[in-house]
Amino acid sequence: MDINFTLIAQAIAFSVFIWFTIKYVWPPLLLAIEERQKTIADGLAAGERGKHDLELASQRSSEVLKEAKQRASEIIAQAEKRSGEIIDEAKVTAREEGGRILVGAKAEIEHEVFSARESLRQQVAELAVAGASKILRREVDAKAHESLLITIGEELK
Amino acid sequence: MAADIELTPTSYIEHHLTHLTTQVGGLEGSFWTLHVDTLVTSIILGVIGLGFMWLMVRKATPGVPSKRQAFVELTVEFIDDQVKNSFHGDRHAFIAPTALAIFIWVLLMNTMDILPIDIMAWIYENVFGLHNWRTVPTTDVNTTFALALSVWFMVIYFNLKVKGVRGWTFELFCTPFGKNPLLWPLNLLFNFVEYVSKPLSHSLRLFGNIYAGEIIFLLLGMWAATGIAGTFFGALLGAGWAIFHILIVTLQAFIFMMLTVVYISMAHESH
Repeated sequence: MDINFTLIAQAIAFSVFIWFTIKYVWPPLLLAIEERQKTIADGLAAGERGKHDLELASQRSSEVLKEAKQRASEIIAQAEKRSGEIIDEAKVTAREEGGRILVGAKAEIEHEVFSARESLRQQVAELAVAGASKILRREVDAKAHESLLITIGEELK
Repeated sequence: MAADIELTPTSYIEHHLTHLTTQVGGLEGSFWTLHVDTLVTSIILGVIGLGFMWLMVRKATPGVPSKRQAFVELTVEFIDDQVKNSFHGDRHAFIAPTALAIFIWVLLMNTMDILPIDIMAWIYENVFGLHNWRTVPTTDVNTTFALALSVWFMVIYFNLKVKGVRGWTFELFCTPFGKNPLLWPLNLLFNFVEYVSKPLSHSLRLFGNIYAGEIIFLLLGMWAATGIAGTFFGALLGAGWAIFHILIVTLQAFIFMMLTVVYISMAHESH
């Protein structure tokens, strides 16, 4: 165990190795490592962002769905209301129409009744005249009573 | 092992603990000795370890990484995490890459301890023609002191850079006990002890652990020379020790790196 010039030689070798490591070994490797760390961090961030986007999208889709459901139920309610209105309107119209038809029918019936009564009256008068003339034909001179008969017939009309 | 030396436990251990040396520039004196084995092995290991990282890093992509790139990234991120916990500031400028270089280099140097010493010695002897060659650079106290003293100078440098001469002087005299002038000598003494003990404990912890590990391997190797039972138990215990050593070499490299990070972080923070 003796200290000699080897010490100085080793120290020189040591400083050369340190210089070499500082200059050529450490920086490029550190650069590569840091670049990779950045890539990984970016990838993780992108993944996180994607997840966030997905969350937003699903939130949005559920909102849209809810809105659509609401609109649909509104439309259905409107349609129901409208159909009720239409039915009511139709009922009113039908009632009016029925009333009108009824009135018409009544008027027609009255008219028919009137005309039937007229024709009956005519027929009765004729029958009466015919019957009277049959009775009178035997006893009464047709000529003598003709004016009377005509008067009666006219009265009966 | 040279044939002319008698094979005794002492010569065996001495053989394994002798460095291949040379004198720098033909200068005399024990200081100008250079441990060629330590220096060459450590530089080869540093070049292999950091070169492997560099090759990976050149082709590094921010996309899906290959298995080798993922391994390098795992190491880098592990060290970056450790540094991040104790250092607050721009760690990428100096401290984190330094920690990486230290961890990789010390780990590889420590790991040489697991290579079977006698097989390695045979290869050095017969393939490379080297009689003395110590495989583990961190069992050379010069290596650990070189690292620890470099770190120590970094600590001084960052102290001066962050706090300035005035700030650091103030810290030397007025912490940790207080600003009272009567306490100045005590504070200075305390800081002096701290600044001396830091590189000593830093380097000797690593050296001691790895050196002790090698000595255990040597002792087990010696046991194997005593007979069949010794060979069996020596091999068995050697395998166990090697497996346990996987933990130790990693732990020591990690501790050395962490202490470096902590010391430099402390230099950045004012009391």
